Amino acid sequence: MKTEEIQAQIISEFAAFDDWMDKYNLLIEMGKDTPMIDARFKTNNHLISGCQSKVWLHAEYVDGKVFFTADSDAVITKGIVNLLIRALSGQSPDDILATDLGFLDQIGLKEHLSPTRSNGLLSMVQQMKLYAKVFKLKAGN
Amino acid sequence: MPDVASIRKLFPALHQEVYGKPLIYLDNAATTQKPQQVIDRLVDYYSQENSNIHRGVHHLSQKATLAYESARVFIAGLINANHSHEIIFTRGTTESINLVASSLGNLLMQQGDKVLITAMEHHSNLVPWQQLCIKHRGELLVTRFDETGTTDLNHFKELLTRKPKIVAIAHISNALGTINPIQEMIRLSHEQGIPVLVDGAQSIAHSAIDVQQLDCDFFAFSAHKAYGPMGAGVLYGKTKWLEKMPPYHFGGEMVDKVNFTETTFNILPFKFEAGTPNVEAVLGMETALKFVKEIGYENITAHEDALLRYATQKLMEIEDMKIFGSSPHKAAVISFQIGNIHPFDMGTLLDKMGIAVRTGHHCAQPVMDAFDVPGTVRASFAVYNTFQEIDTFIAAIKKASAMLA
Ligand SMILES: Cc1ncc(COP(=O)(O)O)c(C=O)c1O
Repeated sequence: MKTEEIQAQIISEFAAFDDWMDKYNLLIEMGKDTPMIDARFKTNNHLISGCQSKVWLHAEYVDGKVFFTADSDAVITKGIVNLLIRALSGQSPDDILATDLGFLDQIGLKEHLSPTRSNGLLSMVQQMKLYAKVFKLKAGN
Repeated sequence: MPDVASIRKLFPALHQEVYGKPLIYLDNAATTQKPQQVIDRLVDYYSQENSNIHRGVHHLSQKATLAYESARVFIAGLINANHSHEIIFTRGTTESINLVASSLGNLLMQQGDKVLITAMEHHSNLVPWQQLCIKHRGELLVTRFDETGTTDLNHFKELLTRKPKIVAIAHISNALGTINPIQEMIRLSHEQGIPVLVDGAQSIAHSAIDVQQLDCDFFAFSAHKAYGPMGAGVLYGKTKWLEKMPPYHFGGEMVDKVNFTETTFNILPFKFEAGTPNVEAVLGMETALKFVKEIGYENITAHEDALLRYATQKLMEIEDMKIFGSSPHKAAVISFQIGNIHPFDMGTLLDKMGIAVRTGHHCAQPVMDAFDVPGTVRASFAVYNTFQEIDTFIAAIKKASAMLA
């Protein structure tokens, strides 16, 4: 699926809920499906610096597509990490670089990506895009 | 007991909804909300009095200068300073501490000298001293606290024998709520002839301060933690020190005579107030502290203590609850963690239920290290908080815990 389709799908999954607590319940549940980062990558090298919750991220490049695995020590953060991975994992570097992840705004989670939220998610998005850029450059050689 | 219902009415910010829920503001140790009279004071200043102080012969300047200097006199009286020139206006606690660390620090410190603090200091009362010690190739001595978060006085006495040049201690810990026995710590330090700075950031809104009775050499606080505006605070210092200390910042206002080769400095307190000050915030601070005085510190302390006891008891009923800081002398600050629930998760869900708490390390990373946690959830109370708010808070924690378990 293209990232736009996946993002639209996520929006519709959240559209079923009005109540904030229900949305966060869904998010927490979704966090449990996060493609788990291999234990050997769960090191400081893979840690995304954020003030309050920790996020570890790893990426691999297979057949022109980027695949992400991750983990977090906070379950809400992990839920959002999983949304980002669903949206971006398995996409081409060009598609990853092009998308603006507007779905987070539509499901009311954009605040988590604001620079004032010291939870590292903004850095996570930047890191995912950086991986895409690097893989693209390497593939170009 | 204060009439909390009437007090609440004075605070416009408390009467709003967040995410469709009535706001419950429990982040008072970070900053308190402001009563209408403080907000009005700022507006009145700019509507009717604005002009630069200490400079103009004209009517407005004199009016503003008079208001500014009256605020100094009022605050001197409130904390029982010996003289109003012992009240230096600063931007807040952090600047007050930096002023002393820089000015007195460089006056007293020689190579290899030491400064004594406690392990529960806010970064603002830690980093300036640490940097001073680094500069003089000295050593920062740190007093331990026990598992309840109570300062180990025997350790403090032991460290005093190592002859630090300055002692700097928090009156109340913002991370643990511990009220330090500062009277005793000041007495012990003075026995060794060592001056003491008290970081009063967390105490000025909660307990009456008498600097002469405490006999502290310096006392620092911020207006914004006591219902006042941001950007203004106080450094109280004993005249004998302030006179000896060199200026901290240079510029206008703090000088007497200037030519291109030399400058003589103005008298106290102006020597330490370079440049145009934050006049409106100082006036707002005066209004805020008058508000505090009117309610009465005994009433504020009684209400907040009751809230603290009630909330602590209710929290302790929650499974896997761990409260950090259970000192017998404790202010209305509760730092906690539930099982393995990440403070960020708890804070995020409480926010969505309209409850503002602090999560993280509370600018006291060494305290978190001591308890071996990355951070905590912190609820801190002010005079306008109610028992009903605590009930809602407890129910919200239970709901969030169930979701996060
Ligand atoms: C104990 C303590 N000291 C110092 C400070 C710093 O105060 P300010 O940021 O107003 O300078 C704080 C504020 O959180 C505090 O709680």
